[in-house]
Amino acid sequence: MTDTLAPLLARLTGDEKHEPASESTVDLIWALYDRVLRVDPARPDAVDRDRFLVSKGHGPHAYYAVLAAKGFFPESWLDDLAGPDSRLGHHPDRTLIPGMEIGSGSLGHGLGLAVGVALGLRAQGLPGPRVYVLLGDGELDEGANHEAIAYAGAVGLGSLTAIVVDNRSASFRQDLVGLFTVHGWTGTTVDGRDHDRIERAVRGHAPGRPHVVAADVAGRP
Amino acid sequence: MRTRFIATTSDLLDQDPRTALVLADISSASFAPAATRHPDRVRNLGIREQLMVGVAGGLALTGLRPIAHSYATFAVDRVYEQLKLDLDHQGVGAVLVSVGASYDGSEYGYTHFSPGDVALLDTLTDWTVHVPGHPDEVERLLRAAVARDDRTYLRLSAQPNHLPRAEDGRLQVVHRGSAGVPVVVAVGPVLSPVLHAIGGLDVTVAYTHTPRPFDAAGLRALAGRDVVLVEPYLAGTSSRVVAEALTDLPHRLLALGVGRADLRRYGSPGDHAKWHGLDPAGLRRSLVRFLR
Repeated sequence: MTDTLAPLLARLTGDEKHEPASESTVDLIWALYDRVLRVDPARPDAVDRDRFLVSKGHGPHAYYAVLAAKGFFPESWLDDLAGPDSRLGHHPDRTLIPGMEIGSGSLGHGLGLAVGVALGLRAQGLPGPRVYVLLGDGELDEGANHEAIAYAGAVGLGSLTAIVVDNRSASFRQDLVGLFTVHGWTGTTVDGRDHDRIERAVRGHAPGRPHVVAADVAGRP
Repeated sequence: MRTRFIATTSDLLDQDPRTALVLADISSASFAPAATRHPDRVRNLGIREQLMVGVAGGLALTGLRPIAHSYATFAVDRVYEQLKLDLDHQGVGAVLVSVGASYDGSEYGYTHFSPGDVALLDTLTDWTVHVPGHPDEVERLLRAAVARDDRTYLRLSAQPNHLPRAEDGRLQVVHRGSAGVPVVVAVGPVLSPVLHAIGGLDVTVAYTHTPRPFDAAGLRALAGRDVVLVEPYLAGTSSRVVAEALTDLPHRLLALGVGRADLRRYGSPGDHAKWHGLDPAGLRRSLVRFLR
């Protein structure tokens, strides 16, 4: 991973403020795209694809680098982050980037959208695709998330997986997995740098219940 | 209007598998039969309006045509950022249907009033705004909106006009005065009080149920020197579009509608119309003073 992504990440300059946020997600996003997600850069809009929604839109460098590495767009796009004609901004815009499911950056929107995507796939008789949404621990302070957590648990939205990157950015520490499991989700905490464990944790969902994985990256290089 | 909305939506759910309905408890009992028939496409989320719009956005991302519904103050005011980001910014559409209007829930007080809903939506991009004045207009507008993919706001009111009017969103002359006389533009359910107010005045009255996009060409074709805009929501909401329509024509504009102040009063919707000068007597006073 490092050999592939490091040179790509080095091309993304100009948003150093969000580098820690980006760095915290890089293993997770790579593990998902390399091992879990059923997506195809040749068919980024395929109806039967898994959906990966990045709600935590702050610091999307890692996401951009992984998408470029996997062939969703040319690596040359990485050289003009947030330029006047760039498709890649400090917060991502789905209408500009192939393979990106939502535009985000204002925290607290992705989980509600993910619930809607999961419901929409179910309503159209598409039980195959899973819906993954990437959140941050600080983002979970936003109240809109809790509407979605409670509802998804109440209706047993089993095709939904939330992944919470825990880089200790929340002002007040809380039991991240417990926020979900109290509403009927299954959940676990995993080392957010360990690709094998990330894969096992993400695949560890149970039928008829949404699933959460808290990926702990605090204090790790 | 609400009854017609429920009947029409239930029929659309039966007829069109692309249609979905998202509720935040409001009207959920009325949609229970539809929910039984279409449990995957009729979703009551509980009292969760932010989620309601987020889910609508997510449904639209999968290709469905969501209808989201609640009181105007919860469907627009409370969830402004969800409308902006979960619909507009994602580049997807939905049909947002509200009840309550500016003060239909007069006995509840200001917590259930939304005089600013259309003004809030007017800050966003490419919203079609329908303000029907009659249940028959509701059905036509709703069926047409569901057949599109845009972002549409359908603002229902419990104070209908006596008759249905325009087939489309263009200004429809319902009372023609002499050439060059002032034009009164009545939006949605204010038409009946406007027609009561103009007795003996030489004005032309034009009606629309679609303030966005506003029929600028229609107004230019009608307008003389004076234009009076009467809207059932925040006064002046459409002043901008009138000014743009007449930008090269010298004109005076009187914009009537609901005032900004929280009156801290209950009473009936008719009482509030009177307090805001939107009853026939109040409208006539404003017209006479402006046209003097």
